[in-house]
Amino acid sequence: MSSGTTPTAHTAHGDEPIVRLRHPGRWVAAAVLLVLAAMFVHFVVASPELRLDLVAGYLFEKSIIQGLLMTLKLTVVSMLVGVALGTVLAVMRLSENPLIRGVAGGYVWLFRGTPILVQLLFWFFLGSVLPQISLGVPFGPEFASWPTNILITQFTTAILGLGLNEAAYMAEIVRAGIGSVDRGQTEAAEALGMNPVTTYRRVVLPQAARLIVPPTANQTISMLKLTSLVLVIGLPELTTTVQLIYGRNFQQIPLLIVASVWYLVLTTILTLVQHRLEKRMSRGVLTRSTQPRRKLAVSAEGR
Amino acid sequence: MTTAMVEAVGVRKAYGANDVLKSIDMTVNNGEVVSLLGPSGSGKSTFLRCINHLEHLDGGEISVNGRLVGYRRHNGKKYELRAREVAAARRDVGMVFQRFNLFPHRTALENVMEAPIFVKGTSKAVARAQAVTLLDRVGLANHSNAYPATLSGGQQQRVAIARALAMEPALMLFDEPTSALDPELVGEVLDVMKGLAEDGMTMIVVTHEIGFAREVCDRVVFMDAGLIVEHGLPSDVLVNPQHERTKAFLSKVL
Repeated sequence: MSSGTTPTAHTAHGDEPIVRLRHPGRWVAAAVLLVLAAMFVHFVVASPELRLDLVAGYLFEKSIIQGLLMTLKLTVVSMLVGVALGTVLAVMRLSENPLIRGVAGGYVWLFRGTPILVQLLFWFFLGSVLPQISLGVPFGPEFASWPTNILITQFTTAILGLGLNEAAYMAEIVRAGIGSVDRGQTEAAEALGMNPVTTYRRVVLPQAARLIVPPTANQTISMLKLTSLVLVIGLPELTTTVQLIYGRNFQQIPLLIVASVWYLVLTTILTLVQHRLEKRMSRGVLTRSTQPRRKLAVSAEGR
Repeated sequence: MTTAMVEAVGVRKAYGANDVLKSIDMTVNNGEVVSLLGPSGSGKSTFLRCINHLEHLDGGEISVNGRLVGYRRHNGKKYELRAREVAAARRDVGMVFQRFNLFPHRTALENVMEAPIFVKGTSKAVARAQAVTLLDRVGLANHSNAYPATLSGGQQQRVAIARALAMEPALMLFDEPTSALDPELVGEVLDVMKGLAEDGMTMIVVTHEIGFAREVCDRVVFMDAGLIVEHGLPSDVLVNPQHERTKAFLSKVL
């Protein structure tokens, strides 16, 4: 080491070898991690109580797969409701009509301000205070009427609870996205004769989308796991199913591992989709690969 | 006989206590090229934006092509138009901005095609053919698939001009079209504008390019503090200004 770092003379040596900075800390960390990993593997292999064989057995078990599909269905439908309603709310919050703005603000205030668990249970027990849901003239004749508990099934309850809550958060995400689009873009669209709807659809929202996608992917991944809350209304999604099974056979850890594996698989897929979307949305935005080249060209010109 | 393309009468506009336009009367005839000169804050950009109803008037009125901007006259009253009606009225007026304001998520060609398709309902094939012609006219036939971020400022501004022309406007408004450009890129944009003027387009240009005003414009209007100080032929106003304010301004920019 000393031979490399001590200069032999004060003259310039363009071809002297370079000694890279050493990182002894990394080797220490690697050693510690290796020991921990060995301990973990030993624990997994040597403890028969863990029953890893059960994990493989339950991974594709019929009720687990059904629970998994329910989780997926809940996530997709809730997010669709959340994104659609959230976008409408965001546009409403930016409206010039103070009443519309107020309604959207009130919605976000209410649904973001109460726990999602409370909202789920609220929709679940709605039938106890509102036994009938009717269609008709307000305070006038009714055209049709249904019992609340028939109309609002377990699945509908879950979608209402998860989707309406999600819409409040999505509204804020979309609003931030729209707010980030330059005012000049709207003016340019208006100057071309676009009406407000076309301006939003063709100019503002596509540009806002680029900024909306990452937090929305975040929300979707969060929703995937949040669906396990429907446990309280007894809908058998992935976590509920797992709990039902270990309630019978007391193999909690193996079954929780099964659930975790599936959640991780879904999250991984969603992350991949997110990267794809982000790439597509960044059309026209200078990517990192083009920027250095421009800088180089400028500096070359300067000389 | 010449007909008026733009007629402004007693136009007033204030931001809070700040009177930006104090009473502007101006007529721009069909085929005329007029430049608005003046120090920053004189209200020339605001007036230009009023012509397109991007700013609402606080008094007076503007007509474009014989149609009242932003209002409908009925039984001696002026009724405010709906956003949709304002949008329809803007089709006849093209606008070019200082900061280009191209749609960054669309290529040069798509920028030009956008309004004909989604405002006029032109078919995609027709809009594309028209856009190709327009990009060729502004000298950017080779850049039709480039995104704005990859183009130089001068190229972006030329795409913006092509985009405005795609709506086949009767009047073009230019809001300091070369102020955000590197000096060496100013010429290419001015050349395109000169070509437009030669083709008989009615143009109102807010600019600091005295050379352009002298060479291309039929008339120059000098504004200061929300009022028109003087106007007339470029050869008169620019060479032999009558007002002290105009003299002081021109001595600084020339």
